Amino acid sequence: MIYFDGVSKIYEGHAALDEVTLHIEPGEFVSIVGHSGAGKTTLLRLLLVEDRPTQGSVFFEKVNVHKIRSKHIPEYRRRIGTVFQDFRLLPNKTAYENIAFAMEASGKSDEEIRSDVPQVLELVDLGDKLWHFPHELSGGEKQRVAIARAIISQPDVIIADEPTGNLDPVNTYDVIQILKKINDMGTTIILTTHNKGIIDSLKKRVITMADGKVIRDDRHGKYVL
Amino acid sequence: MGVIVSTRRIVKAGFVNFWRNAVVSLSAIFVMTVALFVVGATILMSVFLQSTLNSIRDKVDINIYFTSDAVEPDILVMKREIEALPEVKEVEYISRDQAIEAFKLRHANDTLMTQALEELPDNPLGAVLNIKAKDPSQYEAIATYIQNERDKMAGSGTQAIYSVNYAKNKIIIDRLTAITNGVEKVSIAILFLLIAIAIVITFNTIRLAIYISREEIAIMRLVGANNSFVRGPFVVEGMIYGMLSAIIATGLFYPVTLWLKASTKDFYGGVDLFYYYLTNLNEIFFILLLVGIALGAVSSWLAVRRYLKV
Repeated sequence: MIYFDGVSKIYEGHAALDEVTLHIEPGEFVSIVGHSGAGKTTLLRLLLVEDRPTQGSVFFEKVNVHKIRSKHIPEYRRRIGTVFQDFRLLPNKTAYENIAFAMEASGKSDEEIRSDVPQVLELVDLGDKLWHFPHELSGGEKQRVAIARAIISQPDVIIADEPTGNLDPVNTYDVIQILKKINDMGTTIILTTHNKGIIDSLKKRVITMADGKVIRDDRHGKYVL
Repeated sequence: MGVIVSTRRIVKAGFVNFWRNAVVSLSAIFVMTVALFVVGATILMSVFLQSTLNSIRDKVDINIYFTSDAVEPDILVMKREIEALPEVKEVEYISRDQAIEAFKLRHANDTLMTQALEELPDNPLGAVLNIKAKDPSQYEAIATYIQNERDKMAGSGTQAIYSVNYAKNKIIIDRLTAITNGVEKVSIAILFLLIAIAIVITFNTIRLAIYISREEIAIMRLVGANNSFVRGPFVVEGMIYGMLSAIIATGLFYPVTLWLKASTKDFYGGVDLFYYYLTNLNEIFFILLLVGIALGAVSSWLAVRRYLKV
């Protein structure tokens, strides 16, 4: 489904990614671990076409994503849900509006928005906080809004870049449970994290990176650095 | 997505953002109001300047003094001939009787002069033609024409023209022409400069407002919003700034011109700016509205553009 083919990314003489080749199957739950600067985020940025590789290609279902014309990139991005450590919610929009925005952007009808948004917020247990602004929500609540936004368009893949980095253990557990549930329903998940406990309890595929290279790729991995 | 649906969503988002970013909106409106006020003041200043310069130019003319023997029909023929010249705006005929009346009126308090006049058997004054050109630079040509006529008449033995005052006024006329033309050029340059400054300041303010939102723009792109859907609300916001600023700036001119009226009514050749403002209120508002909306929309459009590049 996702295929990195000999991908390198060089920033001013320094190789953030060094000939990375890896394959992700549909429905997988893949964790990527590594020290800061190992190339995890660069890998995700390339998949989201926020950046272009210096060398090599990235494929999403046989399509070279960096050959997608810029006009069609928004459509491509709607097939990937994203969750980040810093939540990335629109600060001037309520929880409801943040999710509605993603639906409006993809051209959903007003009726769909009115029925789907409360449902998805209910799903992440925020049914009573529809009209709260991000600054009125706790970190865990913000991240759940972000997850709700990521899954609203029923994407094929969810990218979660250190989603628990700013959360306490209880919220961390909740967020991982939600991600597992989404994965059980068939959505591919790509997770990066520094949290050893999460990786060890997941017992899913673990890709370990260092200095822009993939140094381990275990089917049922553990957090080893 | 239907164009109507997306337009409605964009416009709504623009209004909501405008309201929720009240502090940024207020400062943008403040700066834009100042900018539009400058644009409006520029319009009023050029009206004021134009009318002042026109009234100064209006003071310039050529006078033909006729001898007291010149007969009226001949003078009127000459008046018509001069009026036919393309450079001439108007010719005023002052008859001998009118001339003496005006003279008496002017010297009503001068007993010596009045007595001297009464001693004379006949009206000593000749008729006068006052000639105004369409443009000060054309007096030279008119004066040349009159001089030729005078020479012709002298050749045929009649001497109806006593004097033409162009030669002695020439220096003053030339200097005045140079001054008014100079003032006009300089003022146009200043006006353009002011308008350019107003545009640059507005653009920079809006750029700053959008710089604050750069992360939001990145988030919108990340969740799959296309460029026009990201840019649209900002452009709408910019247009709202422009609209409100135009209303405020137009309103501000009421007290300002009212105050100026008091200080400019005695001004030499001054125009009543308050009256001008009231009679041209619609035009002034329309111009400011158009400038404001265009300035807001274009500034926003350009400012967002740099955050939309991949």
